[in-house]
Amino acid sequence: MQQITLDSQRSLLRFLTCGSVDDGKSTLIGRLLYDAQLIFEDQLRGIHIESQRKLGDVDALDLSLLVDGLQAEREQGITIDVAYRFFSTAKRRFIVADTPGHEQYTRNMATGASSADLAVLLVDARKGLLVQTHRHSCIASLLGIRHVVLAVNKMDLMEYSEDVFRTIEKQYREFAKQLNFTSITAIPMSALLGDNVFKHSTNMPWYQGLTFMSYLEEVNADTVHENEPFRMPVQWVNRPHQDFRGFSGTIAGGTVHVGDEIVVLPAGTRAVVQNIVEYKNERTQAGRGEAITLVLDREVDVSRGNVLSSVVSPASISDRVEAHVIWMHEQPVQAGKQMLCKLGTALIPAVITKIASKIDVNTMESLQTDSLAMNEIGVCVIQFESKIGHDTYLANRDMGGFIFIDRLSNETIAAGMIIRDASTTQNITWHKMDVDTAARASIKGQKPCVLWLTGLSGSGKSTIANLVERALWAEGKHTYILDGDNVRHGLSSDLGFKAEDRIENIRRVAEVSRLMTDAGLIIIVSLISPFQSERERARRTIKQGEFIEVYIDTPLEECERRDPKGLYKRARAGEIRGMTGLDAPYEAPEQPEMHVSTMQQSPEDSALNIVSWLRDQGYLNP
Amino acid sequence: MDHLSNLEAESIHIFREVAATFERPVMMYSVGKDSSVLLHLALKAFYPSLPPFPILHVDTSWKFREMITFRNQRMAELGVKSLVHRNEEAIAKGINVFNNDSSVHTHELKTVALRQALDMHKFDCAIGGARRDEERSRAKERIMSFRNQHHRWDPKRQRPELWHLYNTRIAPGESVRAFPISNWTELDIWQYVKRENIPVVPLYFAKERPTVIRDGQILMVDDDRMPLLPGEKPQMRMIRFRTLGCYPLTAAVESTAATIDEVVYETLSARTSERAGRMIDYDKPGSMEQKKIEGYF
Repeated sequence: MQQITLDSQRSLLRFLTCGSVDDGKSTLIGRLLYDAQLIFEDQLRGIHIESQRKLGDVDALDLSLLVDGLQAEREQGITIDVAYRFFSTAKRRFIVADTPGHEQYTRNMATGASSADLAVLLVDARKGLLVQTHRHSCIASLLGIRHVVLAVNKMDLMEYSEDVFRTIEKQYREFAKQLNFTSITAIPMSALLGDNVFKHSTNMPWYQGLTFMSYLEEVNADTVHENEPFRMPVQWVNRPHQDFRGFSGTIAGGTVHVGDEIVVLPAGTRAVVQNIVEYKNERTQAGRGEAITLVLDREVDVSRGNVLSSVVSPASISDRVEAHVIWMHEQPVQAGKQMLCKLGTALIPAVITKIASKIDVNTMESLQTDSLAMNEIGVCVIQFESKIGHDTYLANRDMGGFIFIDRLSNETIAAGMIIRDASTTQNITWHKMDVDTAARASIKGQKPCVLWLTGLSGSGKSTIANLVERALWAEGKHTYILDGDNVRHGLSSDLGFKAEDRIENIRRVAEVSRLMTDAGLIIIVSLISPFQSERERARRTIKQGEFIEVYIDTPLEECERRDPKGLYKRARAGEIRGMTGLDAPYEAPEQPEMHVSTMQQSPEDSALNIVSWLRDQGYLNP
Repeated sequence: MDHLSNLEAESIHIFREVAATFERPVMMYSVGKDSSVLLHLALKAFYPSLPPFPILHVDTSWKFREMITFRNQRMAELGVKSLVHRNEEAIAKGINVFNNDSSVHTHELKTVALRQALDMHKFDCAIGGARRDEERSRAKERIMSFRNQHHRWDPKRQRPELWHLYNTRIAPGESVRAFPISNWTELDIWQYVKRENIPVVPLYFAKERPTVIRDGQILMVDDDRMPLLPGEKPQMRMIRFRTLGCYPLTAAVESTAATIDEVVYETLSARTSERAGRMIDYDKPGSMEQKKIEGYF
């Protein structure tokens, strides 16, 4: 029974195998298990039979069949998705994620890497370093893996040449200088024949280092989590009856004790931990990784997605972050894409407002870009719909790693790692004023609001805006027009017409509108603002009940016929790109407050209708 | 934290994600050791509440009698909401393990039965006790594994699953299979059963039982529905089971391991996998994958 006690003390190493397609990842894992006699007899019989069928040779044994668990993988001889394999030796237990090398399946490599402490990067000695070698190194490094085994495989096909090995090792060490690895161990091997996998190779006497297996048994790849502040994303509110209300979750960092004061983020309310509950037991403290239920000393509003955090060093709270994003969907992404973001236990609408750069995985250089294609890695600015608690990925993986989910297909389309909090208002406090919005508006005899006129170029927005302002002015109302063309001469003169610039332009117009409503004015915005998501953001920026979306509905053919600025003609001639309605989309409002169809009424009537709507709703005579 | 505590915490986290994000989850319970551990983890995850979902047993009507006794007793003790579903239509048609190919039996009485139960109750997430170390196509499965409207698994288009961030979003009619003990091995299960003192069906412990030997596999004669071949006579043998399914399809191993410590020890030194005793896995290469694609759990 001695083995039983020993077993619980053996440490766990989680590693992944990665590298380019055909470098022998699955074969290496198969060989390791085979030589270490860790394969069950019935499983070995099974792959013996399959190998014979596949290779037509009675003695054939294709060890990759042990891990390539899908029929499509065995047919094509490639790995499509990550396989997890569990084994243990006298010294240690292991979970290995065997990941695909094929570029198409990079997202599955990232899946395997996200839970690993160490990466085994395979290189085919005949081919040397390839794009996928670089890409996988880059992803492993970004995901926080610090130890790498450079497994130079297929040495048997290069006559076990030391020169070949040393050259590849040297090139890799040079490349990896730009990554965050703390150790790189290069081992020459033949996974097919077993050289230096489990046994020392007699074919390479020049190699004196550890075999692959001895290295895995001895390496210390533990991450240290000292002095980490307490974090617990709330997963589930536990309420069996009136007298018990607990908050269940897994501790993402630090420790918590009964009597500790904690802060609920993003709300900022505080409470004291009264009880730490686990199954039929109560605890006085709990630490990182434990799944517990906390009871607080007072009634505070806490729900799923909130973070319970240390008071001394609380997590950041903001609605804007800069992050590395690994894009995983076939459809490339540009700034403006609306998605759902899952971070901790929070699921929140988010938009990429800017793609600052992408990484050239071969040189690790930053390149300018405005889109990310599948498997590309970029630095992006992300705007959340509201503030949430988070940390940088470097400080805490569980508080700084997130995924993007497509709103329509529900697919996981990207993974991200927070680099920094990008809110610009972090250290600025709000100055309270004695005269408030209501006071300012009351002396003007009106209720401030923003009439947001959206529609295609040439739909008649500016004309109608003018007429509305004249009518309001005639009634003694205080107004101002923010016109899309005019703001580009001043407020937004630094912006172009790329997606991210358009988003920024709309953000500025929305912010200025907010200031002006605060001053008590009625604002008329005349802006194409083609995306529903951006108009929704403007709506959120402006106080509730003050944002009035007016859809100026004119068919594209009519706009093109009118073409007051000659833009459609130039776009058709190829002089302008990204023209809304032609080669850029216009998303019509789903539920505008007002729908103005210019084909059915004159601009004058349209303006009159808008003014009488304002009167009916009490904006003109509060 | 030690190894088992880490595994336990990961599983509890998955249970809570399911409870918090799905509208109508259900836990599949097959009465075996993995289900016993799964049930224990569910009790822990929501304490002092009871698990906020029903426990479903898909009964083929060919389970060992001791399994059914054990199931009824456990459900009554715990006071959890439990459901039993059988494909009565197929049973009435006389589909059974002796008259039909084992793959027909499994498809009708397990896969179709499970799909019926999920559709009938409109469950949007089915929690199961599959482990990645059991079989190589299960080693490919996500923890939250997406199923389309026809309960089908598409192994070539699985959602990336990074860190502990599980994407639980689905459209109406679609569903997810959730596997909280994906990362446990057979040995972990037994060590945990021992540590937590979890009740398991006595068939896991060695005892003299009536058996016959067919195709080199030891089968237990659990009731008189099993037709004996000419000249075949049940013999008492000291046996136990490493895995439990339908009794005519589940082979026993000769063993003297009658206590939990002896079972743990035997598991440590096993030379064959536990599923060696499951005939349905070996219908043909890739047969587990095919069953999974069709909706088997």
